[in-house]
Amino acid sequence: MTVEPRLAEQNAAIALPEPFLRWFGEKGWSPRAHQIELLAKAQSGQSVLLIAPTGAGKTLAGFLPSLTELAVRPRRKPGQAHRGIHTLYISPLKALAVDIERNLGKPVEEIGLPISIETRTGDTPSHKRQRQKLAPPDILLTTPEQLALLIAAGDAKRFFADLRYVVLDELHSLVTSKRGHLLALGLARLRSFVPGLQTIGLSATVAEPDELRRWLVSQNPPGDMAELIVVTGGAKPEISILDSEAHVPWAGHSARYATPEIYREIKRHKTTLLFVNTRSQAELLFQELWRVNEDTLPIALHHGSLDVGQRRRVEKAMGDNALRAIVATSTLDLGIDWGDVDLVVHVGAPKGASRLAQRIGRANHRMDEPSKAILIPANRFEVLECRAALDANYLGAQDTPPLVDGGLDVLAQHVLGCACGAPFRADDLHEEVRTAAPYTSLDRITFDRVIDFVATGGYALKNYERYARIRLNKDGLWRVSNPRVAQQYRLNVGTIIEVPALNVRYVKAGSKGSATRGGAVLGKIEEAFLETLTHGDTFMFAGKVLRFEGIRENECFVSNAPGSDAKVPYYGGGKFPLSTYLAEQVRIMLDDPQRWKKLPEQVADWLRFQADKSVLPKRDDLLIETFPRGNRYYLVAYPFEGRLAHQTLGMLLTRRLDRVGARPLGFVATDYALAIWSLGDMGAMFKARKPSLGALFDQDMLGDDLEAWLADSWLLKRTFRNCALISGLIEKRHPGQEKSGRQVTVSTDLIYDVLRSHEPDHILLQATRADAAAGLLDVSRLADMLSRVQGRIMHKNLEQISPLAVPIMLEIGKMPVNGEADETLLMDAATLVEEAMGPGMSEA
Amino acid sequence: MNFSLARTTLIGEADMIGIAGERAVCDPRGVLYFPELRLLAVSDLHLEKGSSLARRGTLIPPYDTGATLLRLQAVISDYQPSIVISLGDSFHDGGGAERLHASFRERLEALMAGRDWFWVAGNHDPEAPADLPGETVRELAIGSLLFRHEPSKVRVEGEIAGHLHPCARIVQRGRSVRRRCFAGDGGRMIMPAFGAYTGSLNVLDRAYAGLFRLESLMAYMLGSDRIFAISRSMLRPG
Repeated sequence: MTVEPRLAEQNAAIALPEPFLRWFGEKGWSPRAHQIELLAKAQSGQSVLLIAPTGAGKTLAGFLPSLTELAVRPRRKPGQAHRGIHTLYISPLKALAVDIERNLGKPVEEIGLPISIETRTGDTPSHKRQRQKLAPPDILLTTPEQLALLIAAGDAKRFFADLRYVVLDELHSLVTSKRGHLLALGLARLRSFVPGLQTIGLSATVAEPDELRRWLVSQNPPGDMAELIVVTGGAKPEISILDSEAHVPWAGHSARYATPEIYREIKRHKTTLLFVNTRSQAELLFQELWRVNEDTLPIALHHGSLDVGQRRRVEKAMGDNALRAIVATSTLDLGIDWGDVDLVVHVGAPKGASRLAQRIGRANHRMDEPSKAILIPANRFEVLECRAALDANYLGAQDTPPLVDGGLDVLAQHVLGCACGAPFRADDLHEEVRTAAPYTSLDRITFDRVIDFVATGGYALKNYERYARIRLNKDGLWRVSNPRVAQQYRLNVGTIIEVPALNVRYVKAGSKGSATRGGAVLGKIEEAFLETLTHGDTFMFAGKVLRFEGIRENECFVSNAPGSDAKVPYYGGGKFPLSTYLAEQVRIMLDDPQRWKKLPEQVADWLRFQADKSVLPKRDDLLIETFPRGNRYYLVAYPFEGRLAHQTLGMLLTRRLDRVGARPLGFVATDYALAIWSLGDMGAMFKARKPSLGALFDQDMLGDDLEAWLADSWLLKRTFRNCALISGLIEKRHPGQEKSGRQVTVSTDLIYDVLRSHEPDHILLQATRADAAAGLLDVSRLADMLSRVQGRIMHKNLEQISPLAVPIMLEIGKMPVNGEADETLLMDAATLVEEAMGPGMSEA
Repeated sequence: MNFSLARTTLIGEADMIGIAGERAVCDPRGVLYFPELRLLAVSDLHLEKGSSLARRGTLIPPYDTGATLLRLQAVISDYQPSIVISLGDSFHDGGGAERLHASFRERLEALMAGRDWFWVAGNHDPEAPADLPGETVRELAIGSLLFRHEPSKVRVEGEIAGHLHPCARIVQRGRSVRRRCFAGDGGRMIMPAFGAYTGSLNVLDRAYAGLFRLESLMAYMLGSDRIFAISRSMLRPG
């Protein structure tokens, strides 16, 4: 924090109580303009959204209204009843809540304020939670899930009776997910308990602040918004793209080529934070760095699958400045304050300008000094993307995923939670829910169907009336039908669905874990990945090369395999799709040879070759190349709309190509392009306009074709599983027993099949389709693209592969399309058996 | 993409297997049909599993009985068997038959009409189903075959059982495929579960220990249009 004397004299005296002024004075600081402005607005009874860059003193600003109010509140006299919570702070990360407790506790202690601050997360022991219920702290730091639990408790209204403020940290990241929907509903409930409740949202820069402003306040009247304070400025970060001496690869995501150069930078700086997009990239980079770590610098690894204990150790070492570098994934993304990081290295493309800004904010956590960052593109398309991201950052451009309508599965969970707390009238709850921004357009019929779903499953076949979870009583109130319902609800609250994962545990090599049980747990790894391993396979995890020994119940046994080459965890890339904004920037750059000068020479050369051999797409055009190769024909399209949209497009195009007789065999999608291969000569077909490309890419593919494909897609099954868990159709946990991921997976697939064939319009299937269209399929983005390129499709029929097509052609075979060709694989296995054993084996 | 193979004839030679000298069609829908005996065997229908779970607060769709009966109707109408054996756990719990919706009861009775119908007692439904025709038996011997719910611990040649809900898993080109399956070694056979909501257990699980001659164990995995015979060396646990 820095001294801004003018403000101190003008404003601070008006709003800040004396002890605060003294504290600022002792520190040689003075409050910042936005801190005072926020305090003034809050004191006049308004809710506020504060948008500020990292290091602007956001947290203190958010808590100033609470601290100043609590500072002058008369002390509770002995014998007087405990007061309820005064301020609720909600953050997306448990770690953030803990971090804030530390950061806030310091000034509170130094100023000498009689304020109690406590955290309440999933890790809080139950005796402490009990105590918090009886003697609530003044400020409670918690997560959206814990808020949902508090609301579902019978004493919720009393517990929150004295609530004045809700501070929502990292709001931009909270609002875009289902957690945001649950939180918005929770806020609506709190507002009905305490009508004068004020909210204070803290956010990084976003493209559409008005969406967040509406989100913070009741939407009755509709369109109402919180006050807005924007802090601009902060020193511009110094960002560069690594101009490697090595050859930048055509494809792939490891950026292995740049390891020596990354290591050199680590040596040159005090502490370096290295961000990657996926866990497997983190593992790989960590290994590669240690391979060249001649000086044995302390370099650590941090990602969400690692054992909690290990993560905490790394975080502590980081805080103590004992590390020189840390390789991390998004678990470190959000505003946690780390030691003296003086360099951020981003490996792989950042995928979105906002994400890049957020991550770079980690370096030099002070607003007035420039952060330093280096981008390491892993392949040539990523060079383009990094360049575009960099320009976007300098331009101050931002992107936030658009807010979507609130999920019905989340609403179902909330309705049951409300019933667990207190009986409700449907009219009232519908009104209340509609005050939450994601649910303003929720109509009464849909709402009633959700209630029906919560009560008896909402099936057309009314078979479960006698098993209802909530019942409508004669007094017009819905009540939980028995206490067990509330008990089960509490165990299943939340919207974070964990991918089925197994503990990874050390055993002695060769043992299958039957005898030895004592080895350390290294973390958790996805079941889907483990299923592809055989005994003896090696893979990278927790920074080690491990040998797979076997699976027993919910544990995966591994042994050390030092010196072996690891079979790296599968490419989980594209976890974040390329943002629309960045995609456009990439297209603009391709269209403008002047801008290629800023690119590394080898990449600019590549684009010049493309212009020579084929053509580069104009910024609003869609380029389609066709060419033969081997005994197949290829179609490569370059929409630059992100992997999800491309995957959907690929599924739909192959269906259409199949219908017109092109005999497509498969496709592969990346963030930038889509390749389809076939037995028929697609180039010749398009030239003869049988079909024309316009017809092939017509928007009507999003109608029946999409419906037909979706019905059978594994994507929908996966989405259904999430909706079924969130809505409470099936349970994540029973009291006393935890279902393993597999049991849940199996049963939801079966339930999906049965429900789809018997009641395709069921509300949960409706929720599933909406979810899939918005998420995994990215349908809206595909729709925008198809409408944009109408009449603007450029076809190049080539003799051979073009330079631009090389990266995606290299991906063929590396990324199987999940779940669509099971029968072919079974066929292969059965054929192998026949070949090996001869026919007649089936007569066993 | 899904390249399905056209199913040209109802009873392909490829789907015929031998069990203790009797020839049977291993139908990819999960039933066994013995043409010489005109006998159809089906196992672990678990009817009314949905309502059974609903009683305990998990309100999954109440359509499983309908779905299971529909599929059963299809195989019965294809083979027109004179004997049908339901190999136990026909109902998910003892009260299942009582809870049957009237329309389902009618459909089930229509399927049973004109056939010898045997309910083998299972662990979920040890008693005869309430108010339904058919004969309830502990086990049933026909020719060289013995039908019972739980596989015997000692080897019995010609035994056909259910109970374990076998499935098998293979890994090909880095991808894993898991399917329900018939598990057999030529001497005995364990049938897949037929019910719409039934889960499954890998044939390599220790629950199967000692049941098969391992060297001749085959998993007949259920494809969408045919059976895939996979030998033990190709199978993966989990």
